[in-house]
Parts: sequence; structure tokens; C-alpha cells
Amino acid sequence: MSVTREEVAKIASLARIKMGDAELDKMVPELNNILEWVEQLGEVDCSGVEPMTAVIPNSLRLRDDVVDAIPETAGGRREDVLANAPAAEHGFFGVPKVIE
Amino acid sequence: MTELTQLGVKAIRDGVAGGDFTAREVAEAFNAAVAEAADLNAFIVTTPDHALAAADATDAKRAKGEDLGTMGGVPIGMKDLFATRGVQTTAASHILEGFKPQYESTVSQNLWDAGAGMLGKLNLDQFAMGSSNETSYFGNVASPWKKDGTNAAMSPGGSSGGSSSAVAARIAPAATGTDTGGSIRQPAAFTGICGIKPTYGRCSRWGVVAFASSLDQAGPMARSVEDCAIMLEAMAGFDPKDATSLDMPMPNWEAALSADLKGKRIGIPKEYRMDGTDEEILKSWEQGKEWLRDAGAEIVDISLPHTKYALPAYYIVAPAEASSNLARYDGVRYGLRDLPDGAGLQDMYAATRAAGFGDEVKRRVLIGTYVLSAGFYDAYYTQAQKIRTLVARDFEQAFAQCDAILAPTTPTASFPLGSLNEDPLTMYLNDVFAVPASLAGLPAMSVPAMLNSDGLPLGLQVVGKPFDEQGVLDVGLAIQQRANFNAQPEKWW
Amino acid sequence: MVSNYRIQGATGEWEVVIGLEVHAQVTSKAKLFSGASTAFGAEPNTQVSLVDAAMPGMLPVPNRECIRQAVRTGMAIEAQINTWSRFDRKNYFYADLPQGYQISQLYHPLVGEGQLHIEADEKAGIPEDKVIGIERIHVEQDAGKLMHDQHPTMSYVDLNRSGVALMEIVSKPDMRSPAEAGAYVRKLRSILRYVGSCDGNMEEGSMRADVNVSVRKPGEEFGTRTETKNVNSVRFVMQVIEYEANRQVDVLENGGSVDQETRLFDPNTGTTRTMRSKEDAHDYRYFPDPDLLPLELDEDFLAECRASLPELPDAKRARYENELGLTPYNARELTAEVETFARFETLLAATAKGIGKPEADVATQVANWALSVAPGVIKSLGDEANPAHATAEAQASILDMQAKGEISGGQAKEIFEIVLKTGRDPEEIADTEGLKQVSDTGAIEAAIDQIIADNEDKVAEYRGGKDKLFGFFVGQTIKAMQGKANPAVVNQILKDKLG
Ligand SMILES: [Mg+2]
Ligand SMILES: [Zn+2]
Repeated sequence: MSVTREEVAKIASLARIKMGDAELDKMVPELNNILEWVEQLGEVDCSGVEPMTAVIPNSLRLRDDVVDAIPETAGGRREDVLANAPAAEHGFFGVPKVIE
Repeated sequence: MTELTQLGVKAIRDGVAGGDFTAREVAEAFNAAVAEAADLNAFIVTTPDHALAAADATDAKRAKGEDLGTMGGVPIGMKDLFATRGVQTTAASHILEGFKPQYESTVSQNLWDAGAGMLGKLNLDQFAMGSSNETSYFGNVASPWKKDGTNAAMSPGGSSGGSSSAVAARIAPAATGTDTGGSIRQPAAFTGICGIKPTYGRCSRWGVVAFASSLDQAGPMARSVEDCAIMLEAMAGFDPKDATSLDMPMPNWEAALSADLKGKRIGIPKEYRMDGTDEEILKSWEQGKEWLRDAGAEIVDISLPHTKYALPAYYIVAPAEASSNLARYDGVRYGLRDLPDGAGLQDMYAATRAAGFGDEVKRRVLIGTYVLSAGFYDAYYTQAQKIRTLVARDFEQAFAQCDAILAPTTPTASFPLGSLNEDPLTMYLNDVFAVPASLAGLPAMSVPAMLNSDGLPLGLQVVGKPFDEQGVLDVGLAIQQRANFNAQPEKWW
Repeated sequence: MVSNYRIQGATGEWEVVIGLEVHAQVTSKAKLFSGASTAFGAEPNTQVSLVDAAMPGMLPVPNRECIRQAVRTGMAIEAQINTWSRFDRKNYFYADLPQGYQISQLYHPLVGEGQLHIEADEKAGIPEDKVIGIERIHVEQDAGKLMHDQHPTMSYVDLNRSGVALMEIVSKPDMRSPAEAGAYVRKLRSILRYVGSCDGNMEEGSMRADVNVSVRKPGEEFGTRTETKNVNSVRFVMQVIEYEANRQVDVLENGGSVDQETRLFDPNTGTTRTMRSKEDAHDYRYFPDPDLLPLELDEDFLAECRASLPELPDAKRARYENELGLTPYNARELTAEVETFARFETLLAATAKGIGKPEADVATQVANWALSVAPGVIKSLGDEANPAHATAEAQASILDMQAKGEISGGQAKEIFEIVLKTGRDPEEIADTEGLKQVSDTGAIEAAIDQIIADNEDKVAEYRGGKDKLFGFFVGQTIKAMQGKANPAVVNQILKDKLG
């Protein structure tokens, strides 16, 4: 499979990365080289092989239902949460108006 | 009095504890060395005060006769992928420029708790995506090494290139690195230092800017195997904040170090003899076998049949995870916001990410987005995860015949900055020997072996069984004792 | 017989096909993947952790209680519980989604196929009991909230809800009328509240439905469906279906075709409008969340979930009918809401204990009291009544006196009125307010002797065979006793004396 300029443009918009014509022109062959190269994986017969789920055998650990149990992952720290916001307003994050 | 910047972790820690010099003297010496080394561009920001404060705390403890910690008095470099409270954390990307976390990564906190101090935040490939440290928004990092008879700036490797450059140049006794597909081992090999990536889950990923979650592992980079053991012990440990963190007892790697390999079997994977591999690399590999035989080990041939598919599988899995992990950089809660006149929310995202991400990051995000998109998911992502299962199975079967695996770390020595970035693929091939262990989550280390005929360092890689960092360190130590690599780059910065 | 609900179009009858995806907020103190509180109505962004704000390097760690509640819910709808499941990332960009993806479950949901029973309700247009299939239940993160009216050019983002645990309960396209859909949502809500896995508070958004509607000529293939998002009341769900079904029939009968699209409901107009059409539909790029390992449930965990399940609506209703002998109507009324059956069962226990009879013997009396008598009295008093006084003990002792024949039904109401106003003790009220029936035969005999003496002619007629006159004597006696005589005793003595 190889991607067209239109497809790359579509992927870029899906990934929310604005791309000019020049950038697209450069990107198309690069992506196609990489895709062509990774397609050698198709050679491998993977019938009966499970996709990897956990790289090291280990199952999911669950935590107890306790509010603010660990300070680093607790709520109640609005100042910290908003500290780096480009547009923090009255305790909210501000974004360009969204019309729903 | 000894030149303090020549000392490594163990020598500094023991020297401070023994009163040969104060932690402050050490911090001042390294702060000065860092200040002089701007030409290397190894640091994005320097934090001399942090180093001094930690040093003074150590000296104060010593005065009171308190325990100084396993890294007491040792100032280190912190890869700028680790969130550090109040200190700019960027992942070398414009999109995070100016971001000051209100939190401290578990690994860096562990190091501070062990008595270490911070010299600064080290440069890296942007979002740890790269093998030459040429994708940083804050400029290339130069290796302290030069090819004999040339003056071209050489690559320190990547993505932990600031770390490798700083440690090799003796402006830091040690540094943190992260390894997703070779980002600790390849730079260590390029610069003649040691670096170990532990078993996946040993070091908490909490507070480390994510590249590819199922592969990312932090680890130490230092000039000796002992120093790596000491520092890894300080960095690792169970963290309830990371659901993939290993909840198992922490070994005393430093205490148990032994270069005696009697009764150990070392596997040599035939598939690592790839065409395009530099002759001198193969020679160093042969030499490595000799050293390990000399250390009492038995050398056995093994096969890792799916080795050639590891790298392409990695370049599906890692970008796929990255495309999702990097979605949070959207200009809403932190970092760069690019809001063109009259732009709506979605336009703001596209403009912000276009302005904030570098070319390699964009390339990988697009690849990842594509392989996960409707209609392609199974052909690419699912297939790659199946290959990953096969690669891991290869190692499992190999470890039935051997205790550890010896291979080259890289197919070539370092190269001049700018010489490989025409075609992304040739750059990716740098990690062909490093990636398989990453896909399988195994502990793996690079140890310097020798200089090649150009006077550039070559490294040997040791890969171990899951959780067997000790075995890896022991083999590394046996190599170190026989290679006794003590070459240093000539100071030009 | 299937639902008789049909849209009458110009080209004939149309059948409506409905499937519902209900998002129910899981009852838990902390969020699904962080320690921040889930409490409703806090100041903006005060219940947001670094994890919920998707700061760089933050990681999710799942809350056991959220998994447990989803599993218990699955068990309550007789569903298959998957002991191996996984979380996946649903990738899309929006201001209420800080990570740029929602952690959900697509490929391996926690709960598989189950079912839910809705009861026949002729009036509502549900001819007979029906089983609605449930496709799956998966656990996922809620999103934050956007406010659009606070600033002329900006929307404001509040992440308090971001990361709160939701169960998405996906039905099969088994419903055929607004009434069935309404019954399904009500029944589902009732089960969730019985189980305690969701408070079912639709006003606060604890339950929202995505309504999938399509139409077809009876017996034909499914038509193209539309999905109307986030409908937050049973009434609205039914409105959406009415509107969508008719709209789609119009479109089709005018030669058009229905687009598969996402629509929004406007409660003010009762209509729906296009939100997103298939063309610009998202490509969510689902893939397993690499920050989270597979979720594996062991037997102990499942056993605890099973053991902690309460008696569920259907079982309770059957027991009320079969063991307590209640009418189907009473059984349904009493089991509809958790609060209702809870009150009923406490009162029933107290009454049975007081009277010293098995619950089954007093159940009907208690049910009538709980469903009609007591509510009637409370309603008639309005503000004068203090519901707090209506304790189980008080009501039990009233029912006790009534059962023993010490007070009449009328007196029971009067006493309850006083209880509601004052909180005084019913027995004390009965004594001091003279609200008791006289069973003292002496007084009654005296009254009867007097009545017999005053009405010799009628006594003769009665003895002559005019039995109906018995009622006259009863009435006279009750009157003579100012209504306080125990009717049973009166009857007995009259029979004896009139022979
Ligand atoms: Mg939906
Ligand atoms: Zn959902």
C-alpha cells in the first residue's frame, strides 16, 4: 500500500497537524518509504499467534476507592492544574468559542 | 587533590562519605565544568543551585552523622523527559517550551531522596524520537569525541544524547536516560560510556513524558558498571501510580556484583551478523566473546529468527502509541498555543501542533495515525503486535540455552552530525540491534569495548532474562574489567 | 404478539426499530483512574488531579470499586462476565477530552450479552411482557464540561467530571415503540438503583441515553439508523423516538434516504437536528491502552460481587405476589422504587412482629395502608403533616390496633393524622382521644336490650323471617354506641339476642 498526497493530508488533519503544500510534498515520499519498508512484516505467517498484550507477564493492579489517597494523584489542586494554562479564566481553561 | 570531575558516582559518594572532599566542592566543580561546556549543547537548562542545595544538604547530614543515601553528594544530569517540579520540562520540544511542572517524576524524586543533586536538564531528541540528537528544538548535541584527523561535530547518539555527551565529557558523573528502542544503549555505545535499560516496569514511568508507553523505560548512564548498578538501584522500585510498575522485591545490585562467570552460558545470536555491519564492530564482538570465555563463561550459538522483523514492527508500534500519547499537546492546558485570528478550537489544535512539533515528531505521529486508522489497523498494528510476540518468544527459547546474550550495541560507530538525516530509514537502522530487547521488555546494557581505527568508541550489548539485571551487570563488569576502556575525548569545548 | 405501534404513512404502516446506549455514572467516591473526588456540583476544576488534566507523564490506575459495580450490574442483567477484558483508547480531539483520547473498552468489554425484562402495560401500549437483549456493558471515562455562555469569544472548560467512571450499557435493537423504550429505561434505572451501581439521577446527568432509531416496513430489513446523543429523561427518550420515526418516514416517503448521522435533541422544541454526519464522522483509531495491562478477574472477586447482589425487582415482585399474596398491581407499585419497597418491608416486619403473625398474614393490610391509606392522609394534611413522624413503629402500632379490632379503619386514619401533626404515640392518642372501639359486651348488650325494647314490632318482623332487618339493628346499635362499637362483637350479640 502507498499513500497519496490526499491521504497524507487527510491523516494530517486527523492528527490535527496543519500542513502546507511544501510540507506535504516532502512528507508523501518519506511516509511511503517507511510504509513500504514495514510492509515486509506481511511475509511472516502469524496464524495462531496472539498479539502481545503485556510485554512482561503481569496483570492489571486495581486501587481502592479512596478519594485523594495519594497526594500526587489527588484532586483539590486547581492552582497546580491551571498553573501552565495559556488562558486560565476564573478557574476555567479558556478555549476559542465552540459552537455545538 | 584529585580532579573531582574525573570521578564517577561511587568515587564521589565514598569520597564525600569518607570526608576526602565535601559534596559542595563536587557540585561546584561540576557546575563549573557544565558552564564551560556550552559548545556541547548537552543541557537545555542548567540548575547549579539545585546541585548546590542538594550538596549542602548532604554535607549537613554528614556533619550530623546521618546516613547520606546511596547517591549522597553525587550531582547528576536529568534527561529533560523527566518532569521536575518548578524546573522547565520540555522533552526538547517547542510545544512544551516554558512548561514548569507542579510535580516531580517518581524516578527523579527517588534520586533526590537518595542524596543526588541536579546539574540541569539534558538535551535529547524531541520527545525521545531520534538516534542522533538532531531533532531537538533546542539544537543538536555534539559528542565530545571527534573522528581522528577531522573536526566535524559527531553525533552523541540519541535520544539520550545530552546524557551521553555530558557523561563522556566529564561534565556530569552520571545522567538519567530513557530507552524506548535503544535510546540509552546506542548513545552510550557512541560515547564510550555504560548505560542500562532495566526490565520493563522496574522504573516508574510516572512523570516521564511518554513516547511509547509499552516500551519506555528509564535507566542510568554512567562511566562504569558499578556506577550504573548504584544509580539504577536508586531509580528503580515499585510505584503505585504506574499500573505497569513491577511490584517485586528490589535486589541489591551493587552489593551482589560479580565478574566471575564460571558456569554461565553466553548466547551469540547468529541473526545479528547482518550485512552492513561494520567489520570493526564484528571484531569487537569476537573480542567480547574472548573476554567472557576468559571470565569463565561458556559461549553458545543461539538463534533469534525474527530479529530482522523487530525494527519494522517497532516502527509501527512505537509511532502508533506516540500518535495517541502526544494528542494531549493541544494548547489548552499547558505549553504552546498558536491561535490564528478567528481560528476555532480545531484550527487552534492544528496550528499549535504544526508550530510545536518538529519534523521527526510529525513524521511519526502521522505514521502512527495512519497505521491505527480504519481499515489499516489489523494489517499494521495487530500484525506488528503479533511479530512482537514472536520476537519475545525467540528470546524465551534462547534463554533456555543461555543465561545472557552478547551482541554489538550498534551496527556502526558514531557519525558526523548531519550526515544521516537525509533519509529517515537509514537513521532508524542505528537501532537494529537494540530494538529486539525493547520489544521483549528485557534488561539490556551497553558497555564500552574499544576505540575503532578512527578513534571512536564501540560498545558491546548484553541482554538478560526478565528481572535479571544482576546477570546483565555481572557480564558487563566482566567485559569492563578486561576491556579496561579508559580513553577520554580530548577537550575542545 | 409484537408491539402494535406503527407509524401510519402515505405508503402504509411503518415499524420503528430502537436501540439504546445508556451511559450510567458508576457510584464511586473517587474517579475511574485517579484519586480525585466524583462529588457533584463542586467549584470548577477543584476535583481535577494532574492525571485528569492529562499533564505530561501522568498515568491511569483503575479503581477496583468501579470494576466491581460494573460486574455486579452485569450479573443483575444475567449477563456474561468476561474475566479477561481490556481498556482501549478512543482517539479524538475535543476541549472536554484532555488526553486526546477516552479510555474505554471496544474489543474486550468487561460485560457481555445479557437481558432485561419489561412488563406488559396495555394502557402504555405494551401488549405483553418482553425480553430486551443487552449487547454489552463496558466501563469508560466521562468527559469534562464546556460552558459557552460565560464569555463572548471563549468557551470555558471544567474538568471536574473528566475521568468519572461510566458504564455504557448497550441494548440490542429489540425495542419497537416509544413505550417499550421508556419501560426499558425505567426498568434499567430501577435495576441500577437496586444494585447500587448508579444513583439513576437523570437531572444531574447520572444517566444519559444515546437513542438509535430506524424505520422499516414490517418484516423488511433494518433501515438506516440515526443516533441522537445524550438524552437525559425517559420522556425525552420517547419524544426523540416519536419525532425521529416520523421524520424518517417523511424523508423516505418523499423519495429521500435517511443518512446515518449523529443528532442532537432540543427539549424546548421536542425536535432533533444534525450534529455530525457520516462524512465527517470520526476515525477513532481504537487500540489497546498501553498504560494499562489486561484486566483479569479471579473467582473470589466474582464471588463477592455475586454474594453482594440484593434481591432484584423481578424476583421481589414475584415473591410479593406468590409468598405475600399481594395483587400484581400492589406488587408492581411496591417494587418500582428502592425507597418504596424499603419502607414497605420495614413496616411489614414491624407490623407482623407487633401482631405476632407471619408477614404473609398482614401483608395485604400493610400494602393497602402503604400504597393508599397512608399517602392519602399525608396528602390531605399537606403542610400540616411532618413526614418525619410517620415512623415504621408508629404506623405498625396503628395497624396493630386495627388488626386487633381495637380501632376502626376510620379511627386508624384519625390517629395517623394526629401522629403526623404531633408525633405523639398512637396508643396514647387512641386512649386519650377516645379513638377506640368498644368491645365491652356489657355496654353493647345494654344498648341492644334498649333497642330491642324500643322496636318490638321490628323484632317480631325479623323473627317472622324478614332477615334484612338485621342490618337495621346493627345500624341502630352502632349509632347508639356513637360508632365506637366493634362491629364483630355487635353482630355476635345481636344474633344471640334476636335468636
Ligand atoms: Mg454512543
Ligand atoms: Zn460511551
